[in-house]
Amino acid sequence: MSLEAVFADEPAFVPYLAAGDPDYDSSIEYVEALARGGADVIELGLPFSEPIAEGPTIQEAVVRSLEAGMTPERFFEFVEDLDVDVPLVCMTYYNLIYQYGTEEGPRPFVERAAEVGIQGFVVPDLPAEEAGPLREACDEFGLDLVFIVAPTTEGERLERMMEHVSGYVYVQARLGVTGARDDVSDHTEQSLARLAQWDVPKAVGFGIKTGDHAERIVSAGADGIIVGSALVDIIAEGHENGDDVADVAERLETKARELKDGALRGAQNRPQPEGK
Amino acid sequence: MSSESTFGDYGGQYVPEALMPAIEELTDAYERYVLDNEDGFMDEFRERLADFGGRPTPLQYAEQLSERYDTDVYLKREDLVHGGAHKLNNALGQVLLAKYMGKERIIAETGAGQHGTATAMACAHLGMPCEIYMGETDIARQRPNVFRMRINGAEVNPVTTGRGTLKEAISETMRDWATTVETTHYVIGSVVGPAPFPAMVRDFQAVISEEAREQAREKIGSLPDSVLACAGGGSNTMGTFANFVEDENVGLYAVEAGGSSLSVDEEKGVAPNSASLSTGDEGVLHGARTKLLQDSHGQIMESHSVSAGLDYAGVGPELAHLVDEERVQAVNVDDDAALDAFHRLSQEEGIIPALESSHALGFLHEHHDELGDSVVVNVSGRGDKDLETVIEETSKRDLESAPDLSVFREVGGGL
Repeated sequence: MSLEAVFADEPAFVPYLAAGDPDYDSSIEYVEALARGGADVIELGLPFSEPIAEGPTIQEAVVRSLEAGMTPERFFEFVEDLDVDVPLVCMTYYNLIYQYGTEEGPRPFVERAAEVGIQGFVVPDLPAEEAGPLREACDEFGLDLVFIVAPTTEGERLERMMEHVSGYVYVQARLGVTGARDDVSDHTEQSLARLAQWDVPKAVGFGIKTGDHAERIVSAGADGIIVGSALVDIIAEGHENGDDVADVAERLETKARELKDGALRGAQNRPQPEGK
Repeated sequence: MSSESTFGDYGGQYVPEALMPAIEELTDAYERYVLDNEDGFMDEFRERLADFGGRPTPLQYAEQLSERYDTDVYLKREDLVHGGAHKLNNALGQVLLAKYMGKERIIAETGAGQHGTATAMACAHLGMPCEIYMGETDIARQRPNVFRMRINGAEVNPVTTGRGTLKEAISETMRDWATTVETTHYVIGSVVGPAPFPAMVRDFQAVISEEAREQAREKIGSLPDSVLACAGGGSNTMGTFANFVEDENVGLYAVEAGGSSLSVDEEKGVAPNSASLSTGDEGVLHGARTKLLQDSHGQIMESHSVSAGLDYAGVGPELAHLVDEERVQAVNVDDDAALDAFHRLSQEEGIIPALESSHALGFLHEHHDELGDSVVVNVSGRGDKDLETVIEETSKRDLESAPDLSVFREVGGGL
């Protein structure tokens, strides 16, 4: 299923985990638990040593994963080992994409990603201005390149960016870094209103923590919700307490279901989108 | 001066989308105020650099070193800039620019604490609230500068991620900026980061070589044969070289920190040096494509130098380009040679140099017979901030020029 098609019938739940957090085998279990809990797309983080867009929760996940031996090649094996039936998106920083393989540029990374079945990329330190070479490689291998639209992205800048969008748009709900919050940002509704004229799925991320948040964001017009830190928190807590992997996986599945159900409730509160 | 965003293959703007509108706004302000002197910005900047900053700094003939090396050695005395380092040139320029742009708050990262100190001073001088991010390792080894920042009214936020040095401090400042970008200006401390920072910081620092070139003409009667500057991120380097780049007969030497070894430990992700120009590979870090210390996967290495101000895994993109073009020679000296040079200048010339600057002086010591008849060395800062480190590191070594420092241990363990 294409990334765009995932959003067609009902609001999508898009969880994020850092692959290999806290170790390879547990992480496989956790990703599969999210799929069972109703994930429609999964964003898998390939950890980079300088994650400038991440808050403390995901920074710590990155450290755990790297210390357990995650590398780009292990990441691709990880994707091959996963038994899930939903599209996978790779979220990483540009240097890892750029350095992979012997040939200069992003092409070898994209080729290998396509080979293991990854369907798209989110690259937080790659604004549209610098995305040309990656865009070209994605086009060659049929992958989507998802752009982040920030609360500060407006006017001509927004229009230029929307020309490059494929898959879905990652709507950044608030300024700052990733991390679970206790409230829903007012920026979200404003951002969704700015994007209303474009017929591309809009997935909102940054700060979503509960089913109620998911409900409010979807009823405000989002086509999907992206949740990372609230899930990574469950892994971090389980890891610290030395809990069984199966128990942590079950908690993740429950949390996933809460978020997906919230998104579904949100969809009932708003007019059905036309022509989709 | 120009507002180039790339230098050969290097440079660019690899930052989160949330920051791009602010970077566009900054580029516009840089072009109008700095390049076109709109509203007399550059006039005010130069006036404040003179009255508050103490410029121009002397180009001093170093008698003892000249005799020792049988070549004319001139010291560009950036240690005499207010605050004790060249860092004020850039900090004052950027804080003033932020005021012209109507920003309400300043944030900055610091490694050795010199940039944080300069930014805190500039903010106090211009009445701007200021927060400085500093790695906890650096806080421990640069305490005097932490006190100076606090005394000038700045908040100092410790950064505890990674090894707690400059790399982590930059990442954390970028995170703050991504949150507060609408009201806040990020005063980046070197010729690194996304465009327009590398070109803009160079332009603020270029006053060093603008003065030095003129002073050399007066004192030597010609241009120097060689110009030496230490290189970490590269702001004093680019400032010292900028006005000599077109002078093809002037040799330009960027002296990096060789640390304890130029080899790397891929397994641990550690490079026991900060020689990204000499040993690094092309990659993308902190907003720019440049030369980096990284492992074979592209993960950034933990760098090392006895000098906190050189301890960084990247380097300015323009400097990387000038090295590729063979206009600038990338060289390095190790921790031992830098410490030895620190003691030598202190004893022979009565100038206590920063450990950063000591690397340039160490290179002079090792290669004085290859540098021609006249050499300009940039003394980028003074070494008061380094005394604790120097006493500790000297006691571990058998250095040719070091005095007997045992008196400190006798009176009870250091400063």
